Amino acid sequence: MLKVENLDVYYGNIHALHEVSFEVKEGEIVTLIGANGAGKTTTLHAISGLIPIAAGSVRFLEQDLTAALPHQIVQLGLAHVPEGRRIFANLTVKENLEMGAFTRKDPKGIKDDYQMVFTRFPRLKERLKQVAGTLSGGEQQMLAIARTLMSRPKLVLMDEPSMGLAPLLVKEIFEIIKEINATGATILLVEQNAQLALSIANRAYVLETGRVVLQGDAKELANSEEVRKAYLGG
Amino acid sequence: MDFLQQFCQQTLNGLSLGSIYALLALGYTMVYGIIKLINFAHGDILMVGAFVSYFVLKQWGITPVTLMLSFLPAMLFCLTLGVTMEKLCYKPLRNQPRINSLITAIGVSFLLENGARVLPMIGPNPRVFPTLPVVNYNWFGLVSISQVQILVFVVAIFLMLVLNYIVSFTKIGKAMRAVSFDKGASALMGINVDRVISFTFVLGSSLAAAAGILFASAYPQIEPYMGIMPGMKAFIAAVLGGIGSIPGAVLGGLILGVAETLTKGFLSSQLSDAIAFGLLILILVVKPSGLLGKPMGEKV
Ligand SMILES: Nc1ncnc2c1ncn2[C@@H]1O[C@H](COP(=O)(O)OP(=O)(O)OP(=O)(O)O)[C@@H](O)[C@H]1O
Ligand SMILES: [Mg+2]
Repeated sequence: MLKVENLDVYYGNIHALHEVSFEVKEGEIVTLIGANGAGKTTTLHAISGLIPIAAGSVRFLEQDLTAALPHQIVQLGLAHVPEGRRIFANLTVKENLEMGAFTRKDPKGIKDDYQMVFTRFPRLKERLKQVAGTLSGGEQQMLAIARTLMSRPKLVLMDEPSMGLAPLLVKEIFEIIKEINATGATILLVEQNAQLALSIANRAYVLETGRVVLQGDAKELANSEEVRKAYLGG
Repeated sequence: MDFLQQFCQQTLNGLSLGSIYALLALGYTMVYGIIKLINFAHGDILMVGAFVSYFVLKQWGITPVTLMLSFLPAMLFCLTLGVTMEKLCYKPLRNQPRINSLITAIGVSFLLENGARVLPMIGPNPRVFPTLPVVNYNWFGLVSISQVQILVFVVAIFLMLVLNYIVSFTKIGKAMRAVSFDKGASALMGINVDRVISFTFVLGSSLAAAAGILFASAYPQIEPYMGIMPGMKAFIAAVLGGIGSIPGAVLGGLILGVAETLTKGFLSSQLSDAIAFGLLILILVVKPSGLLGKPMGEKV
């Protein structure tokens, strides 16, 4: 479904990604794990078109995204829940959801998706008219996910959805991610919480200073000596 | 005229002048909200709007109907000019340090002013803007309101209501607010950020064109530099109200207009500009984010 090949990305002189290659197949949850500054966010930004790709290619559903613009990529069914949520704090919850559905032109389908979002996130329904900046951290993360679902994506990129949340909420968010996957969306999950990410993923890639250093079945990686030492605290 | 009468009259005059500042300030504040640029050429759009209307009225003759109709070509011409300006001059500099586009904006302003001076059809000499015969209406023996002032209020309020509707309730208006808050996240929603920025220039430039016609109707002498002072005042109004805030721009414009006419009426006309700039300094010291500005700034 998504095929990233030999991706090179620079920030000025900083060579942030070195020939990063990986693949996500339809229906999977794939996780990209790695330490701070490994290049996880950079990888997702490159896929979504937020930063230019110096070399290599990104293919999604047989289309070349290497030079595509972010708003065109969303239209193809590839959505992105960015790191740090980045909800529109100055807009209401309802308006945030509307922005999620920005590219769509099927009022009937959009209406159905509001219902889907409200069943999945009842807390958001209660706060529709509220300005999003006043939501709690957990609610903001739910809104960030809900907003993305409003584009009816085939593939969802998620960047550290657990960041800054209490353990109980993290569990809730991960349950939601599993549900979203079960109802048909493929997921590429970036996490620092490697253990949790590996527990719900089918496959995983490990990034280290801009390179893919390990890859494989999520269960196997979770049990491998190397990964345990480096990312799972023993 | 006793004091109360004089006070009410000057306040009314100030609100009328302030409405024009407000229309112009809205453009400053929206453009700033979305690309963090003080568009110094914005005042000159007012001048261009006035001239387009001038040429139209020369052709058609001045009647209330032609005057109202002349808003259309003036606004269309200016929004095209505004969008072109953004595409050619500001867009290529968007990822560069902000000072670059600021200097470019000053350059664009000089270009428009001096371009108008060398154009044979405009030229450096002032021209008389066509006006309707003056009619004054008296209200309770307290104030008299001219039909130009009525025109200013009606047009300004109408345009502000339209703007408010667009920004609050339409899809593109919501996208404007989203883009002003976070461009990257907006792009991830599928919003074409470039198009939203262009649309912001469309709105700002059309309002400036309307402000130009109103300004020329109130002060019927037009020349290439006529946009400088109202441009400055509108900029001050935008900062006063909290740059990036739409209600702030309206409030700032009205305050500035009233302060100016009251100073003219009760102190001296020389002082009125000093008061305007004094207000700017005062607000920057006391509340740097402006009257309705948020400290970190919710924009648009
Ligand atoms: N805008 C930028 N300008 C310059 N360098 C950057 C920029 N963004 C990231 N980098 C650098 O690129 C490298 C990869 O950063 P990236 O944000 O992709 O890491 P990450 O794996 O997402 O880390 P984290 O877990 O902290 O989110 C880091 O060395 C970082 O310092
Ligand atoms: Mg990151």
